[in-house]
Amino acid sequence: MARDSAGGATATKTVYKRPSLLKPAHFHYCPGCGHGIINRLLMEVIEEMGLAESAICVAPAGCGMLLYNYFEIDVIESAHGRGSAVATGIKRVLPQNLVFSYQGDGDLAAIGTAEGFHAANRGENITVIFVNNGVYGMTGGQMAPTTLLDQVTTTSPAGRCSNLAGHPVRICEVFAVLDGTAYLERVAVNKPSGVTKTKKAIRKAFQRQLDGAGFSLVEILSPCPTAWKMGTMEACAWVDDVMKKVFPLGVIKDTGGDCAAPAAPGAGAAEAADSEEG
Amino acid sequence: MKRLMSGNAALGEAAILSGCTAYFGYPITPQNELTEHMAKRMGESGGVFIQSESEIAAINMVLGASAAGVRAMTSSSGPGMSLKQEGISYLVADELPAVIVDMARGGPGMGNISPSQSDYFQATRGGGHGDYKTIVLAPATVQELTEIVPLAFELADTYRNPVLILGDGMLGQMMEPVDFDALKRPPDVRKDYILDGARGRPARSIYSLIFDAKLQEEHNWKLQRKFQLIEQNEVRYETYLTDDAEMVVVAYGMGARIAKGAIKRLRNEGQKVGLVRPITLWPFPMKLLQDLSATVNDFFVFEMSAGQMVEDVLLALEGKGNVHFYGRPGGVIPMPVELYRIVSRHYYQAQAARGGN
Amino acid sequence: MQGRITIDGERCKACLFCIELCPRKSIQLSEELNSKGYFIAAFDGADDGETSCNGCGTCALMCPEVAIEVERV
Repeated sequence: MARDSAGGATATKTVYKRPSLLKPAHFHYCPGCGHGIINRLLMEVIEEMGLAESAICVAPAGCGMLLYNYFEIDVIESAHGRGSAVATGIKRVLPQNLVFSYQGDGDLAAIGTAEGFHAANRGENITVIFVNNGVYGMTGGQMAPTTLLDQVTTTSPAGRCSNLAGHPVRICEVFAVLDGTAYLERVAVNKPSGVTKTKKAIRKAFQRQLDGAGFSLVEILSPCPTAWKMGTMEACAWVDDVMKKVFPLGVIKDTGGDCAAPAAPGAGAAEAADSEEG
Repeated sequence: MKRLMSGNAALGEAAILSGCTAYFGYPITPQNELTEHMAKRMGESGGVFIQSESEIAAINMVLGASAAGVRAMTSSSGPGMSLKQEGISYLVADELPAVIVDMARGGPGMGNISPSQSDYFQATRGGGHGDYKTIVLAPATVQELTEIVPLAFELADTYRNPVLILGDGMLGQMMEPVDFDALKRPPDVRKDYILDGARGRPARSIYSLIFDAKLQEEHNWKLQRKFQLIEQNEVRYETYLTDDAEMVVVAYGMGARIAKGAIKRLRNEGQKVGLVRPITLWPFPMKLLQDLSATVNDFFVFEMSAGQMVEDVLLALEGKGNVHFYGRPGGVIPMPVELYRIVSRHYYQAQAARGGN
Repeated sequence: MQGRITIDGERCKACLFCIELCPRKSIQLSEELNSKGYFIAAFDGADDGETSCNGCGTCALMCPEVAIEVERV
């Protein structure tokens, strides 16, 4: 990055470039949606950690369902809510690969709670990226298990009432009680400092997986201006002013530590075959 | 070397010998011996075993393991099979191989744990959503499992489609001598679609969402062409004493064994009754029945259900001949002598209707 | 130290993150429409010279469309 001593043409330093692991396709997300930021962070981390040839992503039903159009890594679409089970099947068979599922409020906190809970309880060595925007976005803004009390959605038109619909679910705290969970952090992508913290959390979760530490989950509070019926900046402010009070940010659980990742079934045979093929 | 094993355990052993390295299952009677056998043997053979939290989780774990390239299997009974229907639809749409075992029991609802054949519709029509088919294999003896199980994995890999093994509680829990010596592990197939990390190749994706209706239609016709190939190439059945038969019983699985017992009695009395035992319930032996209807006027369908396969027999015959039916739903297992009496009555009535000949 | 950004206008959905969060107010909503129908965000630095941008990268950090690349000159 030297300057020409005569003060002529100068070298430029790239501060930020589109990650190579993002396909050229334009995102389908709404203006100001957090998914685009999270998608980008995932590809940045995988690229920086050199995991492009290892990573396998399980995509959900929901706004995140088109990840295979955006990610230049192996991606499989799961039935709604089943991502943690699909990821379990993949990781058990390919323990050396980085396997993560990407799930929204409905996918993990409603229909997929059993699969998520039990993958966590078994200490499956996978990472769940849990996008919490307090609503069901793809289907038009219905109430989610994470919807706040009094929050108006299309299926809670008078505001969420605890008598009828219970209270918002804090997945990180629920999973923290399970011995199989190794690392659980809640972050938010509503502002630059949050985005930076989110990237660090994703990186840490992936590293925990590589270390064989057990189940990791990053819960990411994400603005949904469309379903919240807010402007984009207003939605970001709402995450800070309202959502964070119910979903506190920070590391909910971190057992640290690591253990040797188990070998794949027949792993020795696979290696022998590889060396035969040369 | 012959061993005495339950059908469930023999099925599990045959699966391992066929190269199955991933099994996921949830306990449900009457197939628990299979899940337990896999728990023990997968541990010994270095494969993957998970007792999943539900049958839903199990079928989705199978989907993941299959996408990662291994031979994967799950098993259940009626209520659990209902839970798996969504996952089976996804497996077909994703064109992923898998073997799914149903040891059918009395239904509907909670039913009971007695053997029955009331999951025929669910298995052959597909209880999941969308236009799809799964190959359905119906073994009748524990020894036959040693041929059916490797065949199931082979067909699944060849056609990239789930294959159902439809048994029942009796087959699952009965103990019979079984010999694995002749079991041949199906050779591995090159799988250029699996997800194992994009090393030295472009990234792949497996999904079934296709927004554009015309493209989704294309995908559907592609699947249908596959099903047509299977219909052409994979029909399997057994015929027993059909050459001179004036009445042919159609039964499968344990129903066919009961029918054989009845037919032996009938033949002793000079009644010319034979048996068609479909081994593939889908693809159903349509052509065989059509061909038989040239010389046979009366077909007697026997099922341990209120009548499901009888519809396929009617479809196959296209109005030719007479179709008789006897069924016992709810887990009742009729003795051969009971079936013999009913078939006999129908046989003589049919004979009289033909004018005594 | 001067910064320079390029915005892929076709990706822009006028979410306003970059505009509101730029500490130097170097980005404005332009009157140019892209084919999606959004007025796109535009960098106010001239190609050759003065701009208040210091290349902090906040815009790129927050852009949900990954439409912004940032350089320091």
